[in-house]
Amino acid sequence: MRKFLFKKDNYGYLFLMPFFITFFVFQLYPILYTLYLSFTNTSMTNPTGVWPTGSSFGFGNYIRLFTDNFFHRSIYSTWRIWIVNFIPQLIFGLGLASILTRSKIRGKELFRGVYFLPNLVTAASIALLFNMLLGWEYGPINQILVALRIIGEDAKIHFLFDVGWARTSVSVILWWMWFGHSMILFMAAMVAVPKQYYDAAAVDGAGAWHSFWKITLPLIRPVMIYVLVTSLIGGMNNFDIPFIIGEGQALGGTLVSQQATRTMVMHLYMMAFRGDSQKGYGAAVAFAIFIMVLILSIIIFKSMTRKDTGGRRAAR
Amino acid sequence: MKSNAKVKKRFRAGVFFGRFFLYLFLILLAVICATPFYIMIINATRPSFEITQGLSLIPGHNIVQNYRNMIVATPIWQGFKNSLIIAVSSTILSGYFGALTAYAFSKFRFKGNKVLFWFVLVTMMIPPQLGLIGYFMLCIKLHLINTYWALILPTIATAATVFFIKMYMDANIDIALLEAARIDGGSEFYIFNRIVLPIAMPAVAVMSLLNFIFSWNNYLSPLVLLMEKKKFTLPILIALVKGVYKQDFGAQYLAVAISIVPIMIAFMFFSKYIISGITAGALKE
Repeated sequence: MRKFLFKKDNYGYLFLMPFFITFFVFQLYPILYTLYLSFTNTSMTNPTGVWPTGSSFGFGNYIRLFTDNFFHRSIYSTWRIWIVNFIPQLIFGLGLASILTRSKIRGKELFRGVYFLPNLVTAASIALLFNMLLGWEYGPINQILVALRIIGEDAKIHFLFDVGWARTSVSVILWWMWFGHSMILFMAAMVAVPKQYYDAAAVDGAGAWHSFWKITLPLIRPVMIYVLVTSLIGGMNNFDIPFIIGEGQALGGTLVSQQATRTMVMHLYMMAFRGDSQKGYGAAVAFAIFIMVLILSIIIFKSMTRKDTGGRRAAR
Repeated sequence: MKSNAKVKKRFRAGVFFGRFFLYLFLILLAVICATPFYIMIINATRPSFEITQGLSLIPGHNIVQNYRNMIVATPIWQGFKNSLIIAVSSTILSGYFGALTAYAFSKFRFKGNKVLFWFVLVTMMIPPQLGLIGYFMLCIKLHLINTYWALILPTIATAATVFFIKMYMDANIDIALLEAARIDGGSEFYIFNRIVLPIAMPAVAVMSLLNFIFSWNNYLSPLVLLMEKKKFTLPILIALVKGVYKQDFGAQYLAVAISIVPIMIAFMFFSKYIISGITAGALKE
């Protein structure tokens, strides 16, 4: 009997094989190879990756990260685009989720579906659609703003050409795509909060606002951390929309004044796959992004869990 | 007594206005979500000069001409086919092998089970473009560059799928059922294909939907790995549309509409399952 069990459980290894072989060959090896490349000077004109000093291994790419103003700008742009999208996304997500779970709203399912729909549509298509909608001067959004007399006929906005507006436009598009997604996650968490808590709070005279801060928010915190971390990872890896909108608008171009929407991953792509195809430097950018996100995620998890114990102690 | 009734009346009026503004807010937001799609569909049927002149709420009659202009430069149906081939193959591979891996973690007690499962969880955190440059070089060496295999094969190892299906199997598949099948002489592969997979199908289906959407919408890796226009997926072709037609807005809107409308129709049928798949990931953490 024991022999039989042993034999059976070996099938576990067999069934894991395809997954792990694929993982090692197609995912882990490329990552390690990218790490190796980041220490070489590989580019189209220098396929062997040898540094000017003659050695084939060096930290030149990582040193270059600190002096590359384009990269610094891309860090700033990435953060600005993400934060301006995330804060309203969080507010709308939480607000809508509590409205749709706690009040009796007709057509709840319909609202939920409409808010969520933009999230599923291909980002490339969304980018092109908004590229036309935000166009100057015949773009529909400018036309609507003029028709509503919010702006004058001669004050149409250069949504995609103006440096400040371009970043904000990308943030608004991302907000539009993602607030429904956050809302759905918050709704799922809020449904799980027992009704009795709210009833008890109501008996004690707590209003809706008060019970939202004291009951709902603390209880859905794990989901809030999840939304924060996944949105941060997505935001730091932002590519599709700024790339498609920026390209050809000269915003992703080469002049410093035209770099408004170049994100970190766009910089990676431009370095590694365009022009001189500097694979070595692109690889260093990839790892810089990864390390940045990793450190931030760890800080978020640590600070959130510490707060958690503190909160419980205070409650006692 | 009288004042009490007054207060009540005022309270009701307050509630009424509160509700009124709540609905106004919700409807306004729904309009903001839907309007871009509405403008897209309407403008896809209008000639370019009309589009630049102003908005319209009713469709135009230029859709055939827009289509003719569009199809000359953009092989959109070829892109559709390419995207479909890649998305369907990746979905099947990630679903089948995801379930197989999940089954091993869920029902077999071998050495290192827990450690390996943690390993899978950690890989979920790795951003996809971290190894992109290395993967590009690997594909050149293996002659996978500019083939669909480069996009399909890696999906055999989709960590989130394994995680989700394992949770489902832990809760829904009784080990006694498997033992009974073994006593009846079923081979391990037979048991997986004929007993485990059908029971786990609801979880596999939900994850397959998400994997399909992910593959369908994926832009960066096909952009890097595919070289020939006839192999381009729909998102790459759509992104190119901007440079191709310049001022022909009607053709641009139509191309975008063709890429979006199928997703909108699919969403009407599957939204419930998609939402359950997305929320399950967040709540289990």
